[in-house]
Amino acid sequence: MAAQTLFEKIWNDHVVRAEPDGTTLLYIDRHLVHEVTSPQAFEGLAVAGRTPRRPGAALAVPDHNVPTTDRRVAIADPISAKQIQTLDDNCKTFGITMFGMNDIRQGVVHVIGPEQGFTLPGMTIVCGDSHTSTHGAFGALAFGIGTSEVEHVLATQCLVQKRPKTMEVRVDGQLSPRCSAKDVILAIIGKIGTAGGTGYVIEYTGSAIRALSMEGRMTLCNMSIEGGARAGMVAPDDTTFAYIKGRPMAPKGALWGQAVTAWRQLATDPGAKYDAVVELCAETIAPQVTWGTSPGMVTGVDGNVPDPRTMGDDKLRQATERALEYMALLPGMPIRDIKIDKVFIGSCTNSRIEDLRLAASFAKGKKVASTVHAMVVPGSGLVKQQAEQEGLDRIFKESGFEWREAGCSMCLAMNADVLQPGERCASTSNRNFEGRQGAGGRTHLVSPAMAVAAAVEGHFVDIRQWS
Amino acid sequence: MDAFTTLTGLVAPLDRLNVDTDQIIPKQFLKTIKRTGLREGLFYDWRRRKDGSQDPAFFLNQPRYQQASILLARDNFGCGSSREHAPWALLDQGFRCVLAPSFADIFYNNCFQNGILPVVLKGSEIQALFEGVTAREGYQLTVDLAAQQVTTPDGTTYHFEIDPFRKDCLYRGLDAIGLTLQHVGRITEYEQRRRTQAPWLFQDVR
Repeated sequence: MAAQTLFEKIWNDHVVRAEPDGTTLLYIDRHLVHEVTSPQAFEGLAVAGRTPRRPGAALAVPDHNVPTTDRRVAIADPISAKQIQTLDDNCKTFGITMFGMNDIRQGVVHVIGPEQGFTLPGMTIVCGDSHTSTHGAFGALAFGIGTSEVEHVLATQCLVQKRPKTMEVRVDGQLSPRCSAKDVILAIIGKIGTAGGTGYVIEYTGSAIRALSMEGRMTLCNMSIEGGARAGMVAPDDTTFAYIKGRPMAPKGALWGQAVTAWRQLATDPGAKYDAVVELCAETIAPQVTWGTSPGMVTGVDGNVPDPRTMGDDKLRQATERALEYMALLPGMPIRDIKIDKVFIGSCTNSRIEDLRLAASFAKGKKVASTVHAMVVPGSGLVKQQAEQEGLDRIFKESGFEWREAGCSMCLAMNADVLQPGERCASTSNRNFEGRQGAGGRTHLVSPAMAVAAAVEGHFVDIRQWS
Repeated sequence: MDAFTTLTGLVAPLDRLNVDTDQIIPKQFLKTIKRTGLREGLFYDWRRRKDGSQDPAFFLNQPRYQQASILLARDNFGCGSSREHAPWALLDQGFRCVLAPSFADIFYNNCFQNGILPVVLKGSEIQALFEGVTAREGYQLTVDLAAQQVTTPDGTTYHFEIDPFRKDCLYRGLDAIGLTLQHVGRITEYEQRRRTQAPWLFQDVR
């Protein structure tokens, strides 16, 4: 058989039927459901008199709307409360397992899937959420879908798909100390652009990727969509298997051995061809900071805000001018001179235990600047519990960070955690779109280490040189 | 879903790159449990000035574009979040067709689920359309799905490519789930075979 990529193996394993024109009915192994993109799907099922084909293949959790303050108090916003109640009602009606708001296992949908061992190598995984690409870190084919397709998967356990193209993003070498997966993915997006991956599934390869922990690989794959790719993946290896083993929904006993044997076959065969190849050198990646209103508007912390006047392309120049106006930044100013008002450490990109350990290690013994309001929002109730067992919450609180309950929080500001107009935030999340963290708010995407240093100094600093 | 055959309608131009779905419909409108009534949220922040008043410079606030059914856009339209509220809001405003040099994948796909035709034309063709629509009030286009053709008022035609399966579903307004359920026997066979090969995939979540 011809040499195959990781993507091709998983795709071929999931073809239920294929038309001569390539239109494929693709089987979906697992389905994550949250409160925002599911109500209309369940309504559609009910209206058509349909039921979920495999309710046992789905897992639901409220995350986008949940408050990160005291959960014993009722949700202040009645519309948010109704949406969360609707998820609860739908899961009961249709027999889907849900981790409710007061369940310790509740959290951001893309944190809890891996945490529970729900996410496994070789699977197809979907969710009505673009950051479903996160799960590709396990060597799964995972991608975001709209609400109509949520309904489609519930009803049929399949999706109609055209096979995407494949792109290898190879990162070789060793990352600089204190540089992380977040800097790698931001540098990749800076290189390929926010539409560079459109139509592709990315496989991340190379020695720098192999060296990443599972948390790092999740951060990497999470932001594939910011490069335009619906899915990003990393071939499963011993790091992957060690992470999964013993998790509540992971295979046990003889099934575990059988599964690992199968998972070891998934890696891309030597000589397999990708439709496109992009290469980066890990040593050249500086800590990254976005300066604009699109994740591709990014540079190293040692760089400057670009000058639109030097840009030849009219459309690019206009977009840059508009971004700088929105962000209230001057052309050519050093990134390190940008002063911030808020810091958000959280989101499906950077809210796992390793992120919090790293952030706490930089926060320890330091104080958040008097001009800065900083908050830490763990990715799940279990991450929060683990962090508290390790004393990380005390470090954060002593440094002046707020310590919150789990949820999406200020990544998209659907709950009460919102930037005020004009406020500037160093954020470990994934999108710096206009108004993303609150109408008129200004977002700079950074790694957790960079966010802590910015919180302490009140402006961006180069984490490589920070004492 | 409504079928899409031929549409002749007014064109509204949105001259920005990388329009993300957070701009098409901001988060506060995602709390709804309905698909309808989302017009109010369409480009909510861009429609307003800082003091909250309507910005007369924004294209959708201009009387000449009120009845538009075709949206003219730039590269990478619909990037970001998978929210289907974006096409729902466009539909609620009356848009049945979006023309752009490129679209983000998830948004592109979501359009087809809702009877909206996303048309990819060359950058130079899109540029010509922008020039046409800004030069003349009442500028209309005819979009013919069967012929895969966009026709301008002066009779110029632009051909576009579209996946044959998606074209057929949209043209006939087919229920995608109903189509898949015609193959339920194949799905069952697949599950039986797969359950033997990889039984861990069939452990129920609990």
